[in-house]
Amino acid sequence: MGVEVRVEGLTKSFGSQLIWGDVSLTLPAGEICVMLGPSGTGKSVFLKTLIGLLKPDRGHVHIEGTDIATCSERDLYEIRKLFGVLFQDGAMFGSMNLYDNVAFPLREHTKKSEAEIRSIVMEKMEMVGLVGAERKLPGEISGGMRKRAGLARALVLEPEILLFDEPDSGLDPVRTAFLNQLIIDLNEMTQATCLIVTHDINTARTVPDNIGLLYHRHLAMFGQREMLLSSEEPVVRQFLNAQRVGPIGMSEEKDADELAREADQELPPLPPIPIQQLPSSGVLRPTQRPPGDWCRENGVTPPPGSFATDVVGAT
Amino acid sequence: MSLSATAPLKHAGSLFAFALDTLRASVRRPFQLKEFLQQAWFVASVTIIPTALVAIPFGAVIALQVGGLIKQFGAQAFTGSAAVLAVVREASPIATALLIAGAGGSAICADLGARKIREELDAMMVLGIDPIQRLVVPRVLATMMVAFFLNGFVSVVGVMGGYVFNVVLQDGTPGSYIASFTALAHLPDLWQGQVKALVFGFIAAIVASYKGMNAGGGPKGVGDAVNQSVVITFMLLFVANFSMTAIYFQLVPPKGA
Repeated sequence: MGVEVRVEGLTKSFGSQLIWGDVSLTLPAGEICVMLGPSGTGKSVFLKTLIGLLKPDRGHVHIEGTDIATCSERDLYEIRKLFGVLFQDGAMFGSMNLYDNVAFPLREHTKKSEAEIRSIVMEKMEMVGLVGAERKLPGEISGGMRKRAGLARALVLEPEILLFDEPDSGLDPVRTAFLNQLIIDLNEMTQATCLIVTHDINTARTVPDNIGLLYHRHLAMFGQREMLLSSEEPVVRQFLNAQRVGPIGMSEEKDADELAREADQELPPLPPIPIQQLPSSGVLRPTQRPPGDWCRENGVTPPPGSFATDVVGAT
Repeated sequence: MSLSATAPLKHAGSLFAFALDTLRASVRRPFQLKEFLQQAWFVASVTIIPTALVAIPFGAVIALQVGGLIKQFGAQAFTGSAAVLAVVREASPIATALLIAGAGGSAICADLGARKIREELDAMMVLGIDPIQRLVVPRVLATMMVAFFLNGFVSVVGVMGGYVFNVVLQDGTPGSYIASFTALAHLPDLWQGQVKALVFGFIAAIVASYKGMNAGGGPKGVGDAVNQSVVITFMLLFVANFSMTAIYFQLVPPKGA
């Protein structure tokens, strides 16, 4: 069963440069969340702060009664055993082959026999489709394979919280779709709390239960998928629909002149909300809500054509 | 990056803290024997040949410098003692240190830096393993051990270089070169040389590891880190060498003084 991650007033800056300030949100236990944001808004920094690789300037991250931001080094190493992290490039240890890489956490933290380790490793390798590549070194395989191997390694200790740092960067659309499906299936199977950091809107629109958007050094919005997808809030609307009209500019923020020029432009209508991707079993995950649930509950009329099962554009 | 007056102090402080962390981690079990042996072999393999090649001219230059002067005093018989004194006390630890820092340290820094930017170190920490204990401690101990043995090696090669130069080129007599070994030098000189080599090995490995683990900003960051680590190590080495020599002369008076 997954674990809840409660973030309170988190603030991080490098030197005098504020990365983001006062971020508060709760990753509900067992749900899939996506953290979105334009490039360079500190999404990866946020993820690294969650696992205590970076110390925030202010704020707290509560996981099972431990505050990651202030706890001791020893507690930190203890609490990290709950985490599985997929780093951007897989972060495989270059001196070991894939098999040893994936077996590494088991050999370090468990007293399992080599035979048991072998069966677990092979199971995870099969899950990510890497059977046959166990003896390869990380330098000899493609980025996508490294990423999948990284995922296998993140999974061997049966983590309660899974963090993905841009799982879709550098992957082709087919592999991205497979990986997304894998994340959903994993969540269904293990009930681990998942956080995906990405700027791929396809992933964001169809995979998660909750979406967060980091923009302009703060958390613009965090909430259920349908809430953000039906939101008229300019930043959220612009980002989730990949439009040029809106407050986000090429460099960072658009200046007043640019915004004034856009003021009379007609905003394109919100596209229909796609149906949330189901696990391979075809039934709702335990934490998944039926389509349109949030909209009905909050009296929001979703854009026309939403939740149609034949809307394929997004998957 | 912002520049401020306290920035150098901050770096010095965190380097020192890093050294303390490493010392603390070095007593923590399990000791990484395999990594230690691999690193020791690696550092030795990149340093032995260049060190030997540097050591021969070192001994020869001393013989050359001292030879002419000593001839005017009519004390050619003491060339050997001058060479031993200079090589064992100073030249050998310094030559060892420069090569350990230049060849071994830069390789350690580049290796750890590459791991840092590939997020391997982060991944290691997330998997609940302390990279200082796992990677830095074996490297530091391996470098110290190699420096220790390398120093003995350089001393021998340096003195032999001086011998060949003195006897073959400067018409010195083999017997007096060897017989005068103990005229000025004594055993503690050798010990202090070895202790110096250990300390230099420690400094070189610590600075290289620190710089490597704090590399940032992609491949260029690793290059910068290697560059800085070599420069910083050299500066620290000469300061440490001066202090240790001064302390040594206070503790062990030179022979005949």
